Amino acid sequence: MPSYVMTEKCDGCKGQDKTACMYICPNNLMMLDKEKMKAYNQEPNYCWECYCCVKICPQQAMDVRSYQDFAPMGAASTPLRGSQDIMWTIKFRDGRIKRFKYPTRTTAEGSIKPLEGFPEANPADLNSQFLLGEPDIMGIKELPTVKK
Amino acid sequence: MKDFATQVVETDVLILGGGMSGCGAAVEAAYWAKPLGLKVTLVDKAAIDRSGPVAMGLSAINTYMGMDGKVTMNSRMPERFVEYVTNDQMGIMRQDLVYDVARHVDSTVRHFDKWGLPIWKDEKGNYTKSGEWQVMISGESYKIIVAEAAKAALGALGDKGEIMERVMITHLLKDEKEENRIAGAVGFSVREDKFYVFKAKVTIALMGGAVHVFRPRSQGEGFGRSWMPPFVNGSVYALVLQAGGELTQMDNTFVPPRFKDSYGPVGTFFLLFKTPALNAYDEPYVGAYPKESAAWAPYADAKPTPTPMRNYEMILCAKEGKAPFLMHTEKVVERFKQEISDPKELKKKIKMYESEAWEDFLDMTIQGATNWAAHNVDPLEKPMELQLSDSVFIGSHACSCGSWCCGAEDLMPAEYKDAFPEHYNCMTTVKGLFTAGCGVGACAHKFSSGSHVQGRIVGKSVVKYANDHKDYVPTVSDATIAKYKEIVFKPMALFEEKKNFTTQVDVNPDYISPHNYLFRLQKIMGEYAGGWETLYGTSDKQLEIGIWKLGLLGEDAEKLAAKNAHELMRAWEAYHRYLVGEACARTRLARKESRWPGYYYKYDYLKLDDSQRNFINVKYDINTKEWTVFTRPMIEII
Repeated sequence: MPSYVMTEKCDGCKGQDKTACMYICPNNLMMLDKEKMKAYNQEPNYCWECYCCVKICPQQAMDVRSYQDFAPMGAASTPLRGSQDIMWTIKFRDGRIKRFKYPTRTTAEGSIKPLEGFPEANPADLNSQFLLGEPDIMGIKELPTVKK
Repeated sequence: MKDFATQVVETDVLILGGGMSGCGAAVEAAYWAKPLGLKVTLVDKAAIDRSGPVAMGLSAINTYMGMDGKVTMNSRMPERFVEYVTNDQMGIMRQDLVYDVARHVDSTVRHFDKWGLPIWKDEKGNYTKSGEWQVMISGESYKIIVAEAAKAALGALGDKGEIMERVMITHLLKDEKEENRIAGAVGFSVREDKFYVFKAKVTIALMGGAVHVFRPRSQGEGFGRSWMPPFVNGSVYALVLQAGGELTQMDNTFVPPRFKDSYGPVGTFFLLFKTPALNAYDEPYVGAYPKESAAWAPYADAKPTPTPMRNYEMILCAKEGKAPFLMHTEKVVERFKQEISDPKELKKKIKMYESEAWEDFLDMTIQGATNWAAHNVDPLEKPMELQLSDSVFIGSHACSCGSWCCGAEDLMPAEYKDAFPEHYNCMTTVKGLFTAGCGVGACAHKFSSGSHVQGRIVGKSVVKYANDHKDYVPTVSDATIAKYKEIVFKPMALFEEKKNFTTQVDVNPDYISPHNYLFRLQKIMGEYAGGWETLYGTSDKQLEIGIWKLGLLGEDAEKLAAKNAHELMRAWEAYHRYLVGEACARTRLARKESRWPGYYYKYDYLKLDDSQRNFINVKYDINTKEWTVFTRPMIEII
């Protein structure tokens, strides 16, 4: 189900050192044609259809067209990803439409401070089995072990 | 050929791979490295926001104990998990490793909750368990959240924390003074015309499992629609083999039963919705073959039925001509209609079911949703087909392949200690080389949460290692660096040297493209080593021919050609996959039984033989190209 770029909408993320789709694609598929200032999928048959490019595109210039090996034509799942939820529009081959909305995170983007709220690591504890925040974070007092 | 500048990066802790375990390793290593002033460097082939199999998201966390009881049901302790996992994998498991993951995994999920992952809860705040071990989430942004935490933790180290993206690692570096000791790694940027040399006190290889070693079901445009993502290419297994380390259970590949073609997930349908899966004649296939399954007692008799046995029932049913299999999502609605009399309540229940069913696909396998729509199938009205997919190496799932690793000091049986002269949790048999997640063998059912927490276990372990070896300085000569640079870029040099011999660069007698190399590997694996092409069946004679052909393929790796840095990545991915394939075929030849018949079975040994209840391990000598296959004992700790 390879991703594709709509010619009219793509502006090549002008002004950036790379396009958003190039930045995010986990398989290094997205390329920028610098003459045309348009992005394209250089290897559609290696596309996992993960939609990372579709979700991140600032111009909503990307979508995915189902793999023609097995999918009848005409359907689409189109995301609109916000900061705390995602809205999906599902278009059936016969024209039916379904819409769904799901939460994506409960905190503000960029707010995670994973080491804050815990005491600084004590190198003497490198010999213990406890990891960051344990055992308190698990709501138990002792780490289980087996009797030998 | 273009000139690739060499960039040398010196660090203390080198993390290779930024998936779930890599992000776990980053958080924990940063925490412990901070007071010691150690430097931590994370390298990823992609961008860590969306790298690894969780790139698309996930709709459930499959490993959670709920030891504090704050779950809607099934509060569990590690012992029970170890028993379940051991049985699911037909009696062979490193119980010490599984126990260690289980006793820590709740802490990692609690961190996820704090970071902002939407975990389904009841009104009291208890996590919604959908099965024995599964917790439901709205996980579209799962990887982004976990990556943000990893970045923030490394950021807290200031100039002692760094992330380098779009770098493909091809080889590990061996120390030139100390035998069997890793001194770092080499690789190249897929974007920037750069050769990278990393020198480190300690290295963790966390590049996940391997897909596309066996042939995917779709081979046209849908080649990339493997169940596990096509960018997962077995680098951990290949790097450990190249370094002379030991892999275990490489014959145990997972075969996921999934919605046909799209590979939409089935777990939530089975566990949360209790959806019936039936054969073409509306008969259940699970439990339909007690006579045949008896040859796999006692494991096959346990509840729940082990994954390989459930798969095998599908295979037996297909051989009877009773395929296709259908997931009857519409029958869930029929059940609601019988159970709920209030029309308002019924409508609400169906609406919730519809939303949750679509979310299950949209959070993690979007093609599953589109494929329903493309076939005009509304899951409330019609069933969709199930099928066994292509075989994958995924040591974190219902699968056991990976590296032979050291366990926790209070858990590992004494019988395993000889392979680990220095005792560090999650160290491989090569000094200074660690792994986690899909990289750790014989430690199944970690899934995303277990991989993250094993990454954290290894993150702490490597800081201890670096601190205990603080005077160690990697010895890697300039000659070695020059040698590796030539090796790494050879496919590009070969292409430039030979490309003008023919009028069309894709057909040339002097080289092979990465894609063709991969196709040849997949054809050998599928036809000789028990792929879906033979309904997962093979035999010693088939494997012997397959291994001979794999040897020739290994020789042809010298002829891999690449037009650019992107193809160079494909070339090294293909070579790493070849090593994984041969390790698998040789282990399958050595196992004279069909231990996991729904993963692969041998026509010449079509039963379980419990006198072979041991690990089969494999090693490779990069200089002599010789493979060694041997056994290690299965020791129970529970």
